[in-house]
Amino acid sequence: MEFEAIIGLEVHAELSTKTKIYCGCTTEFGGEQNTHCCPVCMGLPGALPVLNKEVVTYAMKAGLALNCEINKETYMARKNYFYPDCPKNYQITQDETPLCTNGYIEITTDEGVKRIGIQRIHIEEDAGKALHREDGTYVDFNRSGVPLIEIVSKPDMRTPQEAKMYLENLKAILQYTEVSDCKMEEGSLRCDANVSVRPKGSTEFGVKTEIKNMNSFKAVEKAIEYEIKRQIEAIKRGEKIVQETRRWDEAKGETVVMRSKEEAHDYRYFPEPDMVYLVVDDAWIENVKNTLPELPDKKRARYISEYGLPEYDASILTSSKALAVYFEDVVKEGASPKDASNWIMGEVLRTLNDREMSIEDIKVQPKHLAKLIELINNGTITGTIAKKVFKDMFESGDDPEKIVKEKGMVQISDENAIRDIVNKVLDENPQSVADYKAGKTKAMGFIVGQVMKASKGKANPQLVNKLVEEELQKR
Amino acid sequence: MSVTIRDVEYVAKLARLEFTEEQKQKFTEDLNGILNYVEMLKEVDTENVEISIGAYRVENALREDVVKPSFDREALLKNAPDAQEGFVKVPKVIE
Amino acid sequence: MHTKTIHEIRELINKGEVSCVELTKNALDRINKIDDKIGAFLQIDEEGAINKAKEVDEKIRRGEEVSFLAGIPMAIKDNICVEGLKTTCASKMLENFVAPYDAHVTKLLKQNDAVILGKLNMDEFAMGSSSENSAFKKVRNPYDLERVPGGSSGGSAAAVAAGEAYYTLGSDTGGSIRQPASLCGVVGLKPTYGRVSRYGLVAFASSLDQIGPFTKDVEDCAHVLKAIAGYDEMDSTSAKKEVEDYTKYLNKDIKGLRIGIPKEYFAEGLNDDVRKEIENAIEVLRKLGAEIKEISLPMSKYALAVYYILASSEASSNLARFDGIRYGYRAKEFEDVVDLYVKSRSQGFGDEVKRRIMLGTYALSAGYYDAYYKKALKVRTLIINEYKKAFEDVDVILTPTSPTVAFKIGEKSNNPLEMYLSDIYTVPINIAGVPAISIPAGFVGGLPVGMQLIGNYFDEGTLIKVGHAFERETEFSKVRPSI
Ligand SMILES: [Zn+2]
Repeated sequence: MEFEAIIGLEVHAELSTKTKIYCGCTTEFGGEQNTHCCPVCMGLPGALPVLNKEVVTYAMKAGLALNCEINKETYMARKNYFYPDCPKNYQITQDETPLCTNGYIEITTDEGVKRIGIQRIHIEEDAGKALHREDGTYVDFNRSGVPLIEIVSKPDMRTPQEAKMYLENLKAILQYTEVSDCKMEEGSLRCDANVSVRPKGSTEFGVKTEIKNMNSFKAVEKAIEYEIKRQIEAIKRGEKIVQETRRWDEAKGETVVMRSKEEAHDYRYFPEPDMVYLVVDDAWIENVKNTLPELPDKKRARYISEYGLPEYDASILTSSKALAVYFEDVVKEGASPKDASNWIMGEVLRTLNDREMSIEDIKVQPKHLAKLIELINNGTITGTIAKKVFKDMFESGDDPEKIVKEKGMVQISDENAIRDIVNKVLDENPQSVADYKAGKTKAMGFIVGQVMKASKGKANPQLVNKLVEEELQKR
Repeated sequence: MSVTIRDVEYVAKLARLEFTEEQKQKFTEDLNGILNYVEMLKEVDTENVEISIGAYRVENALREDVVKPSFDREALLKNAPDAQEGFVKVPKVIE
Repeated sequence: MHTKTIHEIRELINKGEVSCVELTKNALDRINKIDDKIGAFLQIDEEGAINKAKEVDEKIRRGEEVSFLAGIPMAIKDNICVEGLKTTCASKMLENFVAPYDAHVTKLLKQNDAVILGKLNMDEFAMGSSSENSAFKKVRNPYDLERVPGGSSGGSAAAVAAGEAYYTLGSDTGGSIRQPASLCGVVGLKPTYGRVSRYGLVAFASSLDQIGPFTKDVEDCAHVLKAIAGYDEMDSTSAKKEVEDYTKYLNKDIKGLRIGIPKEYFAEGLNDDVRKEIENAIEVLRKLGAEIKEISLPMSKYALAVYYILASSEASSNLARFDGIRYGYRAKEFEDVVDLYVKSRSQGFGDEVKRRIMLGTYALSAGYYDAYYKKALKVRTLIINEYKKAFEDVDVILTPTSPTVAFKIGEKSNNPLEMYLSDIYTVPINIAGVPAISIPAGFVGGLPVGMQLIGNYFDEGTLIKVGHAFERETEFSKVRPSI
């Protein structure tokens, strides 16, 4: 029997507001423990929550970018559970009335473009951070009350790859809209997956498990893959899948049981009586709409049609907002889109990858990259030299013109000077000259290489080719 | 609806409370007494009635996104039964 | 001195006949002398009070203008935070909790140069109608020490009645200001929901709680309300409405004012002697020119049921934060973190608190939410609508505050439902969120009887107007217990 998987994702994204959702404490990451706290976010007796307006704006922005409907009248709700990092022992969230519903994200699969539904987006507060040490658990409430949106997809994904693509697109959209910086390593983007399997062709859903603790998109993909396999094998063995929460163990590469349904929480949701109705009017929604930037899908299409970039390059360049901005800045500084794309897709991303850095960390300013391209195009330096200059720029952040000047890397285009080097090389390599004369054209490449080397890469390659051929003919 | 000792045990677990057998018995009786009284609400027709969150309708109590100074940590933690190195400490939690 | 009202004392201070320090020492002496018998105070801040009194005396000496309440000794229910003082909620759970911040009302009182004598006893976490549920000691009625002062703000009512403080603050979730005011023969006002900020009030039931004043008479009440009312950006449910000068409603006549008498509040369950006193009070108002109209509020009979579901459910969640981790009582021995929660909460909370947490948790738990909580929220809508409608025809509604006078200590403590029934006339007002005041209106067997005046939303002014008219015509607010 063939099986298919049903995958739904719940993503928590931290919003880029300056302050927490219900108090004026800063959301800045990395302060000393319990120094970004007050009676409200520490859950002191008598303290009360007041909703941060910007949280609503950001959540609506995400909703609109993800093609959702905005619910004009909503209210907050309490979700009751005891945990040491939850200072009030309830979380203020939304239950029956999420702010946004019924949206979608498009992904490109082998079968074409596929729509993954988004069931709801609601606003809520984050919990504190529990550090588990040998002698006990230490709690830091700096993160308590940091605003989150929870984005719940419909169970529309069928493969781990689709799940990964959904996440990548979602992340790009949240970054484009500046709703969230989506830094998984700082916990500002988190993902849980609901996975079930069923015989292919069946329309009923199987029993699902929830998987937690996946710390990267790669981990999400691997965990879902593992879980699908586990469930299929269990069914083949005649076992029943039980509804439970499982944890992804990265080291072991498997999912392990956290809690079963019997221990599942009874969250006792009810409308938050400390807060009031949240009503958004058309003007507010319109305002948010007007601040929406060009989203990745549109941008990609534009890069293809307007700049003539290949689809693959356009996809890569638009995969993160920072990268697209970088690319567009290089173009703005005068580079042709194709040159800019080639350089970014090539040298820039390769070097960043090697160093495990991201585009946000690069020292090379867009105007400098544009100038480097200009130096090649106007014949000041050769492509080979350009790569060397780029390496230098990457380390120092310096202007390429300055590097070229200081290091004497300007291209030699003086025919006589190059002809001298060519003749010197030919004199030193009689065997290669003989080989060439004997019809081994490969020898020519070797000679050109030697000339370039002798000129320290500065000789104009076209001239070198031409002069080597001329001089060989003479011999 | 009648509350049983098992219900009381379930609810106690949710509320993080524990009781002696005798207390459980007493709470079962008390809860049944109160819930019996509350049964009268069933006779009220609420078919097309909206819920009221609060005594009257208030909309949009919102705050601007402006950072306020946080609280002094000492002051926040001075009532904590076990605060160490600026953390609140609890017995080790195993997930 | 201790029998005087705030407005009488203000005059003495203004004339230079008494200093604030004298006044404060006097109040502290009174507390030291009689509070062993009354049990109103849980904490006395002698030093803070004297220092503040000195400061105010100094201001007066310099000729600075001071507030009406400046230098007048007062005290605060122990569920309202005063920075640096304990806020215990009369619970073992918070026995050692020192508030690190001021409640909004505390800030306002400090701005008014109030002399804060200390913190007042109450039913644990404001849950009760007799003040017998304090984890530390019972409060006794100054008119009869064998009887309860009412609750949950029993300490606040008794302290004013016994002359230990010139005014006090309490909180009212289902009658916790008005019922003890009635039983102790003082004036107690529950403002419109949202009129006074709840920031810094340890929440019992967020959608019902409201802070209000206890005073000896209506005139004082107007002054204190004016000081504590107002919008607070820290409380989402606080009203943005401007605060009126309530003193402008004093000394007004009430000719033609329409007073509604809801027949449901005079039915079975009301003590006959109490009824007679209230009927006499109605006659007084009629003679002053008010138009008395019988009205009907049939939904009122469901209010208590709605109240017990909403209040307990909200409480079960509000009190979850008391877990022995960030503050409060922590059990000495426990096995793990769950056991720490269970033991700390089971040892730290008293029986009545646990009973309400259990009821509320049950009402919210899976499968019961719609039948209980949601149903109660819908019936609440109907009760609100009924009050709104009633106020189309009348300006004020008059009822007894409590069906009986003060009962004996221990009389109802074994039957929760019977105890709950003593709030039957006050609870609907919290459900609707309208303001109401209890005013001394008679005596039965030497024990005070209170009359409740209920006003339209944010119409505390009319309550002051009617109450003050009644007060000028009668002597009940001038009676003091013999202690
Ligand atoms: Zn805070």
